Amino acid sequence: RPPCSMDPALSVVRLAVQEAVHILSSSEDGGHILSTLASLKRYLSDTENSALSGEKEEFATVHFSTLLRSLASKLSPDWLELLPGGRLEALWASFFLEGPADQAFLVLMETIEGTAGPSFRLMKMAQLLARFLREGRMAALMEAQCQQQMRPSFPVLREMLLSKVVGLPDHLGNRLQRENLPEFLPQNYFPLLSEEVLRVLQAAVDSLQGGLDCSISFLSQVLGKVCMHGRQQETLDVLVPQLTTLTNSSCLWQRVCWRLVEQVPDRALEAMLTGMVEAASGPEVLSRLLGNLVVKNKKAQFVMTRKLLFLQYRYTTPMLQSLLGYLAMDSQRRPLLVQVLKELLETWGSSSAIRHTPLPQQCYISKAILICLAHLGGPELQDSRDELLASMMAGVKCRLDSSLPAVRRLGMIVAEVVSSHLHPEGPPLKFQYEEDELSLELLALGNPRLMGDSASEAGGPSLAPATTETPTETPAETMDSKVLRAQPEGSDSEVDSDDEFIPYDMSGDKELKNSKAPAYVRDCMEALTMSEDSERWEAALRALEGLICRSPEATREVSVELAKVLLHLEERTCVAGFEGLRQRALVAVTVTDPAQVAEYLTSQFYALNYSLRQRMDILDVLTLAAQELSRPGRLKRAPQHSHPGTGTCCLLPLATAQPGSTAAPDWRVVVEERIRSKTRRLSKGAPRMGAAGSPNGFNSVAGYFFFPLIQHFDRPLLTFDLLGDDQLVLGRLTHTLGALMYLAANTTVAVPMGKALLEFTWALRFHVDTYVRQGLLSATSSVLLSVPAQRLLEDMPDELLEARSWLADVAEKDPDEDCRMLAVKALLLLEKLKDKLLTSS
Amino acid sequence: SALPSMATPLPPPAPDPQFVLRGTQSPVHALHFSRGAQAQGCLLLFSGSQSGLVHIWNLQTRRTAATLDGHGGQCVTWLQMLPQGHQLLSQGRDMKLCLWDLAEGRSAVVDSIHLESVGFCRSAILTGGWPHWTLAVPGKGSDEVQILEMPSKTSVCTLKPDADAKLGMPMCLGLWQARSSPRPLLLAGYEDGSVALWDISERKMCSHVTCHEEPVMGLDFDPQQARGISGSAGKALAVWNLDRQQALKVHGTHRLTNPGVAEVTIRPDYKILATAGWDHRIRVFHWRTMKPLAVLAFHSATVQCVAFAPNGLLAAGSKDQRISVWSLYPP
Repeated sequence: RPPCSMDPALSVVRLAVQEAVHILSSSEDGGHILSTLASLKRYLSDTENSALSGEKEEFATVHFSTLLRSLASKLSPDWLELLPGGRLEALWASFFLEGPADQAFLVLMETIEGTAGPSFRLMKMAQLLARFLREGRMAALMEAQCQQQMRPSFPVLREMLLSKVVGLPDHLGNRLQRENLPEFLPQNYFPLLSEEVLRVLQAAVDSLQGGLDCSISFLSQVLGKVCMHGRQQETLDVLVPQLTTLTNSSCLWQRVCWRLVEQVPDRALEAMLTGMVEAASGPEVLSRLLGNLVVKNKKAQFVMTRKLLFLQYRYTTPMLQSLLGYLAMDSQRRPLLVQVLKELLETWGSSSAIRHTPLPQQCYISKAILICLAHLGGPELQDSRDELLASMMAGVKCRLDSSLPAVRRLGMIVAEVVSSHLHPEGPPLKFQYEEDELSLELLALGNPRLMGDSASEAGGPSLAPATTETPTETPAETMDSKVLRAQPEGSDSEVDSDDEFIPYDMSGDKELKNSKAPAYVRDCMEALTMSEDSERWEAALRALEGLICRSPEATREVSVELAKVLLHLEERTCVAGFEGLRQRALVAVTVTDPAQVAEYLTSQFYALNYSLRQRMDILDVLTLAAQELSRPGRLKRAPQHSHPGTGTCCLLPLATAQPGSTAAPDWRVVVEERIRSKTRRLSKGAPRMGAAGSPNGFNSVAGYFFFPLIQHFDRPLLTFDLLGDDQLVLGRLTHTLGALMYLAANTTVAVPMGKALLEFTWALRFHVDTYVRQGLLSATSSVLLSVPAQRLLEDMPDELLEARSWLADVAEKDPDEDCRMLAVKALLLLEKLKDKLLTSS
Repeated sequence: SALPSMATPLPPPAPDPQFVLRGTQSPVHALHFSRGAQAQGCLLLFSGSQSGLVHIWNLQTRRTAATLDGHGGQCVTWLQMLPQGHQLLSQGRDMKLCLWDLAEGRSAVVDSIHLESVGFCRSAILTGGWPHWTLAVPGKGSDEVQILEMPSKTSVCTLKPDADAKLGMPMCLGLWQARSSPRPLLLAGYEDGSVALWDISERKMCSHVTCHEEPVMGLDFDPQQARGISGSAGKALAVWNLDRQQALKVHGTHRLTNPGVAEVTIRPDYKILATAGWDHRIRVFHWRTMKPLAVLAFHSATVQCVAFAPNGLLAAGSKDQRISVWSLYPP
C-alpha cells in the first residue's frame, strides 16, 4: 500500500521522524537526543506502549531508512561521548539491529561503501555489520524477503539486496583492505550464510506444518547467486550434509528442498548443479536433494546429461558415479540414462573425436560409459543394442589403430565390458593388455555388483579396489608332499627349529646349459642358419654379441651377411630374451661395421616383403648403434676381452627398452634432459657450453644411417605404405630420424641433415597421428640442438620461420598434452637461439 | 607357507668351501671320512679316483698322507673304513673289493674279494656283530645282490627279485638293522627307479616302491625316523618312509633344477643332507623339512660323491679332479 500523506495519523509519524532527524543534526545535548531517539523506539518494539500497527508500518516502510542514514551520518567519537557509559551508542546500534533487517543492511552497506577509510566511522560501521551478522539478522532479512514475496514486491530493491548479500565479502574486503574483520572473509561468511538459509528453511517447514503457505524463492536466488560467484564449496559443504540429514527423516523437508533447487534461476543452474554433484556423497543423496529436477527443467537436463559429461571432463570418478547413479535411481530419469549411454558411445566411437580429444577426456567418457552400463540392465539395452554395438565397433577399430598404447588399452577395456553387457550369454570378448591402475579401475566400474555396494551414503562411493590381489603361491622348487613338514609321529628326535638353518642365497640355481657355444663368429652364423640342434642354436645366439665385440676384424668380413641372418632370424624354440639377444647382436654388428651394415639395413627398411616388426627392428637397431657410436661407453659396454667367460656385453639402458614398446625410447628422455639442462643454464646467464668435445664415431657414418631413411618415405610399396595404414612405423621413423639428428651433433653432416629433417617435418606437420606429431616435434628440437646456430640462420632461415609459426600453433591448439609440451620446448630452444645470436652480434 | 615374506632379510650369499684338495690328477669317484686310529684321532679323508688310486688326506696338513694303488688303474667307486679303525675296504671297476691294512703306516692289501659284477653299484656293510660283519655286493646275475658273512667270506644268500619284476640292475645298496630286531635289512635302489626293502634272513623282498622315473643313483636312510631319501638320474629327490608293517611309502618328492644326482648322504646327526649333482652343484637340505638350504656352485664338472665327517664337515668330489671341503651349519 502506498502511504497516504493526507492521513492525519501517519503525519504524526512523519513529524516525529522529522523532529528526530532535526534534533540529531543540530543538538549537542546528549540527554535530549537520547530521549528523542528512545521515543522513536516505540515504532519498532512490540511492548505495550508501542505505537499503532499502521504507524509502525509507515515508520518501517517510509521513514526508517531516512532515520538510519541520519543516525549513521552522526557517528563520531565526540557524538558518542555526549552521554557517558556508551548509552548513546547502545541506543544507536539498536536501531540497526532491531529494525527491519533489509533496510538496516542496505544502509549499513551503503554507509560502509561511502565512508573513506581507514577511519573511526568505518570501523564502527563494520563492527556493527559484524554484530548484525552474529545476531542472526541475515536470517531475519531473508525470512522477511520470503514473506514479502506473497505481496507485490520491489524487484529493484530485491535485486540490490541479493547482490549485496552475496557480494558482502567482496565489498567489505575492498573497503577495509587490511583492516578486514574475520566475519567478512568468504570462508567464514558463506558458511554463516548457509546456516542462516537453513534457519529460514526451517521456518518455512514450520509454517508449512502450521498449514501456511510460504515462498522460498529468495533463498533459491541467494543460493544460485552464491554458486555463480564460485562459492559453491563454502556454501554447499555446510548446506548439503545438513539437508541430507533433514530430508532423510521428513518428506516436508524434501519438498522444501526440491522447491529450493527448482527455483534457482536458469543461469545459475549449472553452477549450483556442479556444486551439488561435487558435494553430494552419492547418488541417493543427490536424488533426495534434487528430486526430478533433471526431468522438469530443460536447462538442468542440459547441464546434467550433456555439459558435465561431454563438454567438461574435470570431475572425479565418484562425481560421475553420483551423477549417473542419480539418473538411474528413478523410473522417470532412467530413459535419460539410456539416452546418455547412446550419446556417450557415439562420441566414444567417433574417429574424429578420438583424434581431437585429449586422452584424459577419452578416459572420462570411457568411465562414464562403464558406469552407465553397470546401472542398466539387459532389457533396457535391448532396443538400442544394434546402435550401441555399431558405435562400439567403430570406436574399437579406431582405437586399436592408434599408436598410443593408452588409447588402445582404453578401446580394449571398454569393448570387453560393453560386449559383455550387450551379449551376456555369448562367449566373452577378451583382449590381452597389461593391467595397470587405470585398467583395474575401469574394470571395477563396469562391475554392477560393486557399484551397488559401494554407493553408500555414509562413506560416499568408495572405489574399493575390486581386485585385491591375492598372492598366488609361486613355489620355486615345489615339494609336492602334504605332510613332509609335519613332525613324524612317535619320533623321539628333539624338536629342532628351522631357525638355526637359515638358507643361503640360491638365486643362482639356474638350469644348466650345455656348453655348445661356438667360439667364432663364422661358426655362430653357421649354427644360426644350419644347425638343427636347438641347444647349439641358442648357445650361438647367446654367444654372438660377445664374439662380435671381441673379434671386430672377423666380424667385418661377414658383417652384412651376419646382419642379414640376424634380421631374418626367427625364434625357433622358446628362448628367454630372444628379442633382446637378437637386437644386441645386430647393434654390435652395426657398430663394428657401421657403413656397410647401415647401408644394408636402411635399404631393407624400404624393401618389399618385410613385416612391420622387422622394419621397426631396423629402426631400433639403427638408433642404438648410432647412440653407441656417438658416445662410446654410453651404453655401458663392458671393456672388451675382459669377460671371455660370460661373453656378454651389456647394452644399457637403451636396449632394455623392449623393442616394439611405444613407450618413449630412452634417447627421447636424453633429448629432453638436454633441453632442460640447457634452458636452465642459459636462464642463469652462465656462458653456454658446447657439447663435450669427445670424438664422435658417428661423424663419418651418420649419412649412411640418415639419408637413405629419409629419402623414400613418400613412395608407397605394395606391402608398405608409410603415409597410409602404416602410420605406426612412420611414427617410429620420425622418432628415429630425430634421434639420429640429435646424435649427429658436432658432425659435419649435421647441416644437410637438419635441412632435410626440417623439410620432412614440414611435409608431415598436420599428420593426424599423435605419435607421429610427437616424433616430428622432438625431431625439430634435435635440429635446433645439433645444428650450429650460425648455420641454422644462414642456411635455413625460411624453414626456421615456418617451423616457428607451426610450433606456436601446436603449442596452443594441439589436443595432445605431450605435443603441446614438446612444441613449447622447441619454441624455447628457438628463443634461446635468438638470444644467443643477438648477444653475439 | 614357504613363501618368503617381504620382511625377510636378504639371504646370505652362498658360502665358499673351507678348503679345496687338489692333486688326485683324476676325477674323484669316492670319498670317505674316518678318524684314523694310528694318527691319534686325527681326521682322515679317503678319496678314490678314476685312475684307480686311493688317496689318504690329512685334513690338518691338507696333504696326501699316503696313496694306495690296488685296482690296476680302474676306477675306485666305493671306500669304507672298518670300525676298528685301520682296515679300509675299497671297491674298484676291476671287479675287486680290497681290504687294506693301514695300521702303523702299513698299506698292504690283506684280503680281496672277486666281484662278479662290473656295474656301478657300490657295496654296503653292516658291522653290528663285530668282529663278524655283513657285506652286500652286486651279485653275479645282473639283477642280484649277494650277501656275504665276513671276514669268512661265506656267501649267506643271493637276493634276486622275481623274474617278472623287471627291476633291472641294483644301483645302490644300504644295509641296516633295526634296534628292536636282530634281522638285518637291505635297501636297494634299482635301475627302473624303484627302491626295495629285503629281509636278508628270510631272503624275501618285504616291500617295493617306485619313486623315480630314472635309475636310482644313491640312497641313504635315517633309522631314527625310519625314513630315507633317494636320488636318481632324473630331476627329483624322493623321500620315503617305512611303516610298522615294513612297507615303503613315498612321503614326497622334491624337484631339482637340473637332472642327475650321483649320491645322497645324510649327515650323521640326521639334521641335514647333501646331494652330489651332475649339474656341478652340491645341494644341501634340511632333513626333517626338506627345506633347501644351499646350492654350492663351486665345481666345474659333475660332482660324483659327497661325504660327511663325524664332526659335520662335508666333502665333495668332482670330475674336475678337485675335492671341496665345506663347513655348513656346524652341529
